[in-house]
Amino acid sequence: MGIVNNVLDDGLGGLTHNVITGKLETIVNWSRSRSSWPASFGLACCAIEMMATGAAHYDISRFGMEVFRASPRQADVMIVAGRVSQKMAPVLRQVYDQMMEPKWVISMGVCASSGGMFNNYAIVQGVDQVVPVDVYAPGCPPTPETLIHAIETLHGLIENDEILRRRAETGAGANIHVEQIETGSTPVLLGAKR
Amino acid sequence: MTDTDASPVSDTQGDETPELHGCPTWTVGGEQHGQQVVFPDRDQYLAVAKALADEGFTICVDLCGVDYLEHLDRPLPAGVVPERFEVVANLVDIGNRRRIRIRVQVPEADPTVASLFDLHPGTESPERETYDMFGIEFDGHPDLTRILMPEDWVGHPLRKDYDPGRIPVQFKEANA
Amino acid sequence: MSTTEEPLVDDPATPLIDESKLGASVADDGDDTSGYAVFIPNTYEGAQLLKPRSETTARELLREVGSVLRMSEAEAAKLGDLPEDPDEDQTMIINMGPQHPSTHGVLRLMLELQGEQVLRCKPIIGYLHTGMEKTAEQLTYMQGGTNVTRMDYLSPFNNELAFSMATEQLLGITDDIPERATWIRMLMSELNRMSSHLLFMATNGMDLGAVSMMIYGWREREEVLRFFQEVTGLRMNHNYIRPGGVAADLPAGWRDGVLRLLDLLPERLEEYDILMTGQPIWRERLQGVGVITPNEALALGATGPILRSTGVEWDLRRDLPYLKYDELEFDIVVGSYGDAFDRYAIRLAEIRESMELVRQILERMPQGDYRIQDKKVTPPPRARIDESMEALIHHFKIFTEGFKVPEGEAYVGIESPRGEIGCYIASDGSPNPYRMHMRDPSFTNIQCLPHMMRGGLVADAVAVISSVDPVLGGVDR
Repeated sequence: MGIVNNVLDDGLGGLTHNVITGKLETIVNWSRSRSSWPASFGLACCAIEMMATGAAHYDISRFGMEVFRASPRQADVMIVAGRVSQKMAPVLRQVYDQMMEPKWVISMGVCASSGGMFNNYAIVQGVDQVVPVDVYAPGCPPTPETLIHAIETLHGLIENDEILRRRAETGAGANIHVEQIETGSTPVLLGAKR
Repeated sequence: MTDTDASPVSDTQGDETPELHGCPTWTVGGEQHGQQVVFPDRDQYLAVAKALADEGFTICVDLCGVDYLEHLDRPLPAGVVPERFEVVANLVDIGNRRRIRIRVQVPEADPTVASLFDLHPGTESPERETYDMFGIEFDGHPDLTRILMPEDWVGHPLRKDYDPGRIPVQFKEANA
Repeated sequence: MSTTEEPLVDDPATPLIDESKLGASVADDGDDTSGYAVFIPNTYEGAQLLKPRSETTARELLREVGSVLRMSEAEAAKLGDLPEDPDEDQTMIINMGPQHPSTHGVLRLMLELQGEQVLRCKPIIGYLHTGMEKTAEQLTYMQGGTNVTRMDYLSPFNNELAFSMATEQLLGITDDIPERATWIRMLMSELNRMSSHLLFMATNGMDLGAVSMMIYGWREREEVLRFFQEVTGLRMNHNYIRPGGVAADLPAGWRDGVLRLLDLLPERLEEYDILMTGQPIWRERLQGVGVITPNEALALGATGPILRSTGVEWDLRRDLPYLKYDELEFDIVVGSYGDAFDRYAIRLAEIRESMELVRQILERMPQGDYRIQDKKVTPPPRARIDESMEALIHHFKIFTEGFKVPEGEAYVGIESPRGEIGCYIASDGSPNPYRMHMRDPSFTNIQCLPHMMRGGLVADAVAVISSVDPVLGGVDR
């Protein structure tokens, strides 16, 4: 009955909970939330806004996410950006399965969250039919501010460990819905700095 | 034929374009923005397309199908027998800067029509799409398989008797 | 305008391909892929896979080589560098996509490689098929813009413009659109061309390794999107150009926004020239890559920068003018080698041409209505609804049932950043389109890919896709 109990089987969950391991978990969660790498799953128009979020003006690099890993094995978050068609759904599931635990899914845009304006034979009505979703970001397309809000919500949940606990209970995603944020009314001008 | 008149004018131009003789043709859209439309039979289709290509219509920019199941009484020039399906091909003449449209009637019982692939290889993907969406088969197409839907999909989505597939959504009453 | 003198059609008496003489290979039944089926995952697409060469008919083989275009059989056989009797162990059929960082969306390519060289290529599309044409039959003409604008999502104004112009042609109001509406449409189209080409610069740079170009291109694009947001309220997918005009007038102070853009961009474009155009690495990666000849481009239906890069001077804004492009002075940029570098250079020059066009539009923007005053088509201003019963009824009718469009059909083609985008609408007199078909430029441009990639390296394959600049939303619709 020491500190290191069942680590081989359960990983961090196998450590008996005490002050030392508590601090370790906090550090691990802190670092996980600050360097969650997205798997590039840009499908349609939302992918353009996702790339805009990664670009200089909105810059998700400050949240540690500018490296869009092409290989799902190296990724933590899958941002499903765009409408998922019937042909794409198995591909989506396969990419999700190839990601290593712990992994999270952000469903970006209304087409990914619920099928959007395309309520027809060709589009899967919501990516949560295929993968468990943690955060839904509405918008068509969501402004980069909305996407950052969704990402930060996810990071907050990662940091206080709620998501993993919730997953363990239900096996489903966290199902958080964020509000849509409009872009600022007075646009910030980029200075012509040379 | 005024500019604001969008209804077609029936005009069998036998004299100016002898190659199209026998195929009724009219112009839609008025004088300014109008475009000539030719209506060959299924048998004349490939020959007419070849004749037009000889005339200079080198690019086929678009080929699509239309299912007139719910609109069988559409206006057509005299001598054209309306069928359920139509294949519409748009051609562009780069040298003389003009467009022309070909509309072929395709019956439901035997939905095959000649393929323009040998003449315009750029119709390969549009013809596959028309096959996928309507079930119209193209004779002479090298690879007539589904292009937009999954391979094992049953049914042809753009046909009028194919349901759009809406799932019922709470509080949404409009539009079917 | 180049027209060829010799007839482009073969003599119908002798068939194009005589399969008996070619010693045709096994009949194509499609499903048996000789052993490597065990490695194919659940995303198996059946007959859409690239078959091994021994199972490909001569017809298909020649098509994929691209040599079926108006060449005699003897010429096709002389293509040379394809091995006579390929030993299948030496060639590898690999799958690229649909989820891949450099396929510009969900384009799946099956490549047959011999070492690093691409022999054959088969694009498989349909991973973004949204049933937009079916959806369009359920929506009214006023709502159609929201549907159509999401097809080619990098040039949303162009989609809306094609749809609106086709609707207007059916309504017969093409000549009654107010001047100001026409000029606003032109302004937004040209700015859209700029933002789309800036995105091309960004993605082209990143695909070839100049990753900083990605950041620069998006930085410039943000400026244009900011202007769009001021005018239309949205950064993308605006539904601004509607049948009858545009949705709202330009806001006060829009000239300052445009002028700021025009002041900002030229020096940034100079930076791109320094970073890319003159740079040896860039040139080596793009020059001579993805070459296509004018005949092949015309035969394959390619339009836009691809066709212009081969030397054919075809730009719909000048040759079949729409809106008021015939009153503006601009140059058409044409390349000469038909390679990827020409396409890059054409798009960079087109950004500069668009800036000139925007300057001219700025000076000549007339006053007036921003949409046609026909009550059957245009909803009344919101304030009038409180005052007039008739206005209320019109508003109600237009937004619930929609305005009825007379029977007929229309096709309108305009010049989008990728080529000719066209809208074919067949109407039966009801408020919904009976059939709406969009001719998307990327759908036909993708047919050029196997031809351009043949004989090149895999890295060149990425450069070729990037130079074709497909937008899969338009391809799959």
